[in-house]
Amino acid sequence: MALIELEDIHISYPGQPAILAGAALQLLPGQRLSLTGPNGSGKSTLLRVILGLQAPQRGTIRAFGQPRTQEPDFHEVRRRIGLVFQDADDQLFCPTVAEDIAFGPLNLGKSKSEALEIVDRLLSDLRLTHLRDRITHKLSGGEKRLVTLATVLAMEPEVLLLDEPTNALDVKNEARLIEILQGLPQAILLVSHSAAFRAQITTAEVEIREGLVRPAGP
Amino acid sequence: MAHALGQNEKTLTETGALRVSGRIGSVDPRVRILAAISFGIVVVGLSSLMTLSVALGLSMGLLLLSRLPLRPTLKRMAMMDSFIIFMLLLLPFTVPGDPIFTLWGATASWQGLWRGVEIALTANAVILALMTLVGTMEPVTLGHALHKLRMPETLVHLLMFTIRYIEVLREEYLRLRAAMKVRGFRPGTNWHTYRSFGYLVGMMLVRAIERSERILQAMKCRGFSGRIHLLQDFALTVADRRFVALFGGALLLLICLEIAWR
Repeated sequence: MALIELEDIHISYPGQPAILAGAALQLLPGQRLSLTGPNGSGKSTLLRVILGLQAPQRGTIRAFGQPRTQEPDFHEVRRRIGLVFQDADDQLFCPTVAEDIAFGPLNLGKSKSEALEIVDRLLSDLRLTHLRDRITHKLSGGEKRLVTLATVLAMEPEVLLLDEPTNALDVKNEARLIEILQGLPQAILLVSHSAAFRAQITTAEVEIREGLVRPAGP
Repeated sequence: MAHALGQNEKTLTETGALRVSGRIGSVDPRVRILAAISFGIVVVGLSSLMTLSVALGLSMGLLLLSRLPLRPTLKRMAMMDSFIIFMLLLLPFTVPGDPIFTLWGATASWQGLWRGVEIALTANAVILALMTLVGTMEPVTLGHALHKLRMPETLVHLLMFTIRYIEVLREEYLRLRAAMKVRGFRPGTNWHTYRSFGYLVGMMLVRAIERSERILQAMKCRGFSGRIHLLQDFALTVADRRFVALFGGALLLLICLEIAWR
């Protein structure tokens, strides 16, 4: 059973050529897939479609074997699929790192002490314990990126969607991110412009061209 | 917005929260907020100039205890005075009473003068206490403390979001401003300047709206259900209780002096 199955997704904005015109995508359990394509080709849009943040004009979305059409259908999808946003400032909005990581678990109905347990376990797993009580807007770009990953992992997702995770990362933090991602068990769908980064994380590649998802090629 | 800050300053850092703030800094934030409020209430109720001077002295004492840099802090206090200076200058001429002198047909009165001095003392004593007790707090801590003091959650979240995004917005403003500068934009008194600044403000609004939508999406992805939980806990220590006792004693003294000197 595929984790994510998109079929015939159409998205266009009035007065512009269609961004997605019948795109289809499949992500299998344990698969690590990268999604490439020129700027504005609809990569981020496709990620948002998977999570129901943007409704396509046409097409079907299946996640974990179930068709998803209405907003309530996606509540479960968002819990089981984690999205790391392109801009870390969009994702970190709580005052402190610990509160930001605990936000997801608390929304899932966990108690305060359970949430804090998750926070501490995750931070020590990612070796970020020193950031626990830092104020989120005072973190460096690299620290913000690693913390956003932690906030998503706190939901214990089965799939990770990463949108340009190496944006604003220096060499050291990028190496750190690669090390963390390689150690994770989740299936991954990665959008990245860096060929070297893609090669380290993923094993297969597809490309969006002219509104369709095709096997990557020259 | 940006010109209010120096070259290398960032928003919300010049509150003094980053510096070690002496004895005051270690007191429980909730106690500091309540102390500042009760100080404000008591001082506003005082009317004898002697007692008000003592109150200002007390604020100065707090300032010394907090180890805030003297000059910049007093300068900020004076900035507040510029808001009330005209009212203070006009008071002697508007309050009737025994004349001091006459200026262009308007008579200044002693009663009005004393009234002005009273207001100036009150305002400065309160603002100084507020700056040393609450202003030395990390803004996020202030939010946590207000939350624990049962401030309505919506207001606390509003404060927290402001703290979180004010610097992001300022950086966006500076980037746009720099982009204008590198293309030779020099502000002047002409339509081109007004229009360009209009574009700048409009662009910032559009970007802010788009960002808020992305933030909401990020919140939804993590199962946002209308509540943001704040986790910080505070505990009163023996030193806090001692501070409460001392501060309460000082307030009581002010009230007694007021009654004695009236």
